[in-house]
Amino acid sequence: MLRFALRRFVVALLVALTVMVLSFMLTRLSGDLAISIAGASATQADVEIIRKAYGLDRPLVLQFLEWIGRAALGDFGESFFFKARTADLIKERMPITLTLGLTGLILALLVSIPLGILAAVRENTWVDRLVQVIAMVGQAMPSFWLGLILMITLGLQLGWLPISGTGGPEHYVMPGIVLAFSAIPALTRLTRAGMIQALGSDYIRTARAKGLSRLSILGKHALRNAAIPVVSIAAVQLGFMLGGSIVIETVFALHGVGFLAWESISKNDFPVVQAVVLVLALIYIALTMAADLLNALLDPRLRAA
Amino acid sequence: MSDTLLEVRNLHVEFGDTVAVRDVSFSVARGETHCLVGESGCGKSVSSLAVMNLLARGGRRSAERLAFDGQDLPALPERRMAQLRGDRMAMIFQEPMTSLNPAYTIGSQMAEVYTRHRGGSRRAALDRAAGLLAKVGITAPGMRLGQFPHQLSGGLRQRVMIAMALMCDPELLIADEPTTALDVTVQAQILRLLAELQRDLGLAILLITHDLGVVARIAHRVSVMYAGQVVESGPTAALFADPSHPYTRGLLDCVPVPGKVRRDEPLGSIPGMVPRIRPGFQGCGFRDRCAHAAPVCAGEVPRQHGAGAHEFLCRLPPGWTAREQAA
Repeated sequence: MLRFALRRFVVALLVALTVMVLSFMLTRLSGDLAISIAGASATQADVEIIRKAYGLDRPLVLQFLEWIGRAALGDFGESFFFKARTADLIKERMPITLTLGLTGLILALLVSIPLGILAAVRENTWVDRLVQVIAMVGQAMPSFWLGLILMITLGLQLGWLPISGTGGPEHYVMPGIVLAFSAIPALTRLTRAGMIQALGSDYIRTARAKGLSRLSILGKHALRNAAIPVVSIAAVQLGFMLGGSIVIETVFALHGVGFLAWESISKNDFPVVQAVVLVLALIYIALTMAADLLNALLDPRLRAA
Repeated sequence: MSDTLLEVRNLHVEFGDTVAVRDVSFSVARGETHCLVGESGCGKSVSSLAVMNLLARGGRRSAERLAFDGQDLPALPERRMAQLRGDRMAMIFQEPMTSLNPAYTIGSQMAEVYTRHRGGSRRAALDRAAGLLAKVGITAPGMRLGQFPHQLSGGLRQRVMIAMALMCDPELLIADEPTTALDVTVQAQILRLLAELQRDLGLAILLITHDLGVVARIAHRVSVMYAGQVVESGPTAALFADPSHPYTRGLLDCVPVPGKVRRDEPLGSIPGMVPRIRPGFQGCGFRDRCAHAAPVCAGEVPRQHGAGAHEFLCRLPPGWTAREQAA
């Protein structure tokens, strides 16, 4: 198990390095940074001064090495727009995004696992079909649209929830529901498929032949095996939710990392863009690694690999 | 209390518009081994699953009588039936590779049967499991308890399945082709183990197999099944001495016997396939493949008696095989 964890960690480091190269290169590819920082009315001389000041005249490799060297120490440089340290900006915004992402994931799991189990147990009945229709509708629904519908109904017409802004727990309910909706279809279908496969397996027949209770057969023997793919996808979904919160946070004006990304992209604030991409990617990598380790705990066959 | 532990009379199982088992009757006495024998798809496994009420979804069973130790099984609610399963009647399966849950240790899977039916601590259940693993011939049982199924060979897993089935001292063990998926040498070991356990524990075994060699070695009584019916049944010796249904004859001709079969002669085989039986099917299910088929075979088939408890379902007179061989 320890060897498995170590190997998985090395792979994660390699992926992280790749992401760093990509996020660095992509911001450089989007045009001459010195020109865009200097603005439309700047003279050639101004651009040259800015180029020097930000070290953009040096070779790319040197710039890159300096950037990762500092990033490793938690220093992402100064934001051009906010006049603050990028690291502080992210540190300040991250709790909002994490709260939103976890709210979305927990809501999604609370809905999709019971729905998936229910559909599997009642396979090919109207209950199963209804669950599948719900999943399909959920899949087809754009999240910004659902966000607006919720704002109109729960926010404006019923007045139960605030429609935008950052604040107490009530500000996370609607965005959380919208985020959850993006993950529910995939997780429900995965749970259903996993449970159907598990319930048709020989070891479930054995469990029934042993006279075990229905609860033990479904909850212990079937769900444990069905959960393996669900855990992997849930981790990926949480990653998508954190990244995908760019849309949701903008719709609901929640000042999280996603909102920060949107602001800094529109302001050409490239140190912030670079840092946000990197931090979200690192979280994503950490999540998939955590999912692999969790899967190894669930499925003993993986531990030997 | 009678000597009969399991009594099945006119069992019927249907899946959709296919009749898997029809009018099957057999009984298993305490401490005896009863073999259900026949080729794939003849209804052996379905009969045994129907007894345990473990039929796959869509299977419907009905029976004139289906009783375990005098208790009418179809009348029991599923909760009471589950209390019998694993406790007084246990079952092992053909696929040892997939019949254990890959996610739990051997110890955990063995202990849960015991704690479910007999209560007590997990520790006590694990101790009993270790004892049973030793009894079925597994070395280092303490270590095996902590292992996962994928760390064990097929033969070991089947031994684990047997040990797990014995956790609550069942009176009846249903073994559905327990040796089919195993190597020949391991098959012999498992059969010997089953025979020993039966002798030591007074277990009644309902053994499902397609292997007549197995039947000859360990069965007290045999029921030969074909196309969902028991076509011939009786004490093993009587049935082997005078196989009276043409299908039983055909099966026996497929088994090589040293000294009797010559090297340059092909072994016997039965042409054709098991027909699919639909509701309302009349007559003998074997008539399309039978060398002795006659127009009357499409009508009611008589159940005839040979010597002792030997019975068969055919128009041909008792003793016809002996006369044919003499001719």
